[in-house]
Amino acid sequence: MTTQDANLKARRDPSFEWGPFLRKNGGVVALAVILIFNIIVTPNFLQMQTLFVNISQVATIAIVAMGMTLVIATGGIDLSVGAIMALAGALAPLIFLSDFGQSYPALGIAAAIALPLVAALACGLFNGILVANLKVQPIIATLILFISGRGIAQVLTNGNLQTFSNPSFSYLGTGKVLGLPFQGWLALAIACVLYLVMTRTTFGRYVLAIGGNERAAELSGGPVKRVKIGVYMICGALSGLAGLIVVAINSASDAARNGNLMELDAIAAAVVGGALLQGGRAPIFGAILGAVIIQLVKYTLLANGVEDEVALIAKALIILAAVYVQQARKE
Amino acid sequence: MAELLNMSGIDKAFAGVSALSGASLEIAPGEVHALIGQNGAGKSTLIKILTGVYRRDGGVIRFNGAETVLNSPREAQEAGIATIYQELNLVPLRSVTENVIMGYEPKWFGVLINWKEAHKRTREILARFGIDIDVRAPLGSYSTAIQQLVAIARAVSLDARLVIMDEPTSSLDASEVEVLFGVVKGLREAGVSVLYVSHFLDELFEICDRVTTMRDGCTVDCRDIAGTTKLELIAAMLGRDAEEIESAGMTEFGGGAAGEKGEVLLQAEGVSTGPRLNDFNMTLHRGEIIGLGGLLGAGRTEAARAIFGVDRLTKGTIKMKGNGTGLDTPSAAISAGFGYLTEDRKAEGIIPDMSVRENLTLALLPKLKKGGQIDRARERKLVERYIEALGIKTANMEQPIRELSGGNQQKVLLARWLAIDPDVLILDEPTRGVDVGAKREIQAIIRDAVQNGVGVVLISSEFEEIVEGADRIIVLNEGRIVTELTNPGITEDALVRALAHTEGQAA
Repeated sequence: MTTQDANLKARRDPSFEWGPFLRKNGGVVALAVILIFNIIVTPNFLQMQTLFVNISQVATIAIVAMGMTLVIATGGIDLSVGAIMALAGALAPLIFLSDFGQSYPALGIAAAIALPLVAALACGLFNGILVANLKVQPIIATLILFISGRGIAQVLTNGNLQTFSNPSFSYLGTGKVLGLPFQGWLALAIACVLYLVMTRTTFGRYVLAIGGNERAAELSGGPVKRVKIGVYMICGALSGLAGLIVVAINSASDAARNGNLMELDAIAAAVVGGALLQGGRAPIFGAILGAVIIQLVKYTLLANGVEDEVALIAKALIILAAVYVQQARKE
Repeated sequence: MAELLNMSGIDKAFAGVSALSGASLEIAPGEVHALIGQNGAGKSTLIKILTGVYRRDGGVIRFNGAETVLNSPREAQEAGIATIYQELNLVPLRSVTENVIMGYEPKWFGVLINWKEAHKRTREILARFGIDIDVRAPLGSYSTAIQQLVAIARAVSLDARLVIMDEPTSSLDASEVEVLFGVVKGLREAGVSVLYVSHFLDELFEICDRVTTMRDGCTVDCRDIAGTTKLELIAAMLGRDAEEIESAGMTEFGGGAAGEKGEVLLQAEGVSTGPRLNDFNMTLHRGEIIGLGGLLGAGRTEAARAIFGVDRLTKGTIKMKGNGTGLDTPSAAISAGFGYLTEDRKAEGIIPDMSVRENLTLALLPKLKKGGQIDRARERKLVERYIEALGIKTANMEQPIRELSGGNQQKVLLARWLAIDPDVLILDEPTRGVDVGAKREIQAIIRDAVQNGVGVVLISSEFEEIVEGADRIIVLNEGRIVTELTNPGITEDALVRALAHTEGQAA
């Protein structure tokens, strides 16, 4: 049966067509193009160091983008991810630098990771309740924390840069496993878990059903509110985790800059990865692919001496291309 | 009599399927003319041709004595044909004045809007309809009725000779309807003609002069409203003679052979959910089909939504096997053993991008859980079984449901509810928009389910379907139960009579 199918397919494709191929595999092709371009143009691209830098930087985008992908899959959007990163990132040093954290270092580290994540979950819960129970439009609902979350973080730290030296906490951002950054493995592990959640559990099925047709999902007994709150909480928690990683990388917490413009990177990565803004699709590994593409474009421009501002324009063009491909796919 | 409008021999086909063939419509000046017909009879297509939204394939339109070609809504408007749509095309956040004069603003030196003059003109226009409101307030701050009147006022201020109203009263309450009728009568006195489309036949007798009936894309009847009866109108709409009786063997239900009644499943007492459903009562037994009869807007779908926990009850109780607690959401209703096949397959049924498999098991998901995961092996086996049992034509179970034909989509949705092993199935127009073959198959599936002890609430606009399928028919009109008919012995004639609200139905 399967061989027969394969035969049929082979016979049906006498000449290879670029259009459909690009539409289906646009992300992978884009990645390949960027890689080849870099290998030719960028000096010292094929170095372990390059791989290391890029993985450690892409991990945070990828982690947040996966949460964003889930939210987008329900037809929502979460603008507050960057602010939640700042908030979680500001809390951690406050905890392990406190008297308690100094006296009980191990407990202090555990609390410095757990409590910010709880705070991030609470932020997600807040977003979710606004969206699911109060029926506020997601873009407006999450705008509240987008504005106030970073404000709270800055108030907590009096607007100061908190620097610290805490090797065990910094492992989150600088540790290595099998020679590659710890956070890279972490992102991969999260992706695997989320992939299983999306493909194997009722929760995952409901996420896609809600994005595909919310009325139908509700009339079929789907727990629409709980699932929506769930995705915002997952997105919040992942953003919190990303915030911790950024702080760990820098050995410093800067509430004003941590996660700045992350919402745009995450949305862009999700869209480039194949998420449909109207919902109904949640390509988890696509989000990682999208994050890698965005990171590599940034890196390419930077490594070739192009200014940051230009990099922003390049990012905009990528999003435009991704949305165009989506539109074409819909035809 | 000089005619304002004469459409004759209008043909229109969509993708080879004929929607209108030789349809005609005549309207005299200063006449309120009703246009009625079942869903799909061609009313809206005819109106859209008249208002320039669609282009006709054949036929002649004479308006105001001259042959007219209307290629766009704008051209129709300029010719003097104004349309008040069900969904008002006004801007609720802008002021009344802005809405009335939009596009025709009085200006200073041809540039700046002369607001003083604009407000004054708006007040004058509205005064003609007896409306005295603050024209500077946002339109959205007024009731739907006022908004509708503003839309009419705008139309008339643009020198409309013919105003088309599409279901103008569907969202109005009784007093608002009175105001609207006053305006319609005012229009008639001013010599403006009104084409009035409505499913509420009682209204027609109150304000219309003549009525045109359409059926299957043709104009079948045009008569003075004085001297006709509601029964005759319904008979014309349905294409049945008032004397024509019994039409055996038109469905797969095989007549309402009332067997032994099983245990009581569903009990609804005094259920109200708002103006469209009042004091609804029903007792459904195992293995029984209860039909809900009534014209569009009679409250049939509202009754279904109330039973399934979609709409909040303002009064009354609903019990399943004597237990009535917590049936206030669809998911609670599903756990209690209800299934609800919705009327609008596309908007409330299918999840277009999901596969046949995922669509079929959507309502069953809670029961497919095993150790935190979906039991995929069981899911697949179950889907396979239903695809075979219901004869669902699909390449494989992973095919997106949107690629299936309407009839097969409907079968998947039926399977979605059969899969939960329901006690009560509410089926709202289960065979709408599916071809004849699929229709009979779906009817057979329903019959089998009933034989297996499911209680069914059946809503259908196809009379033979409920006449032959149902053991009892509860007839609704304007949200209230009018009468109940019991099989054997229900005839389409009896049902039509009941719908028409006439005395002496056959029982």
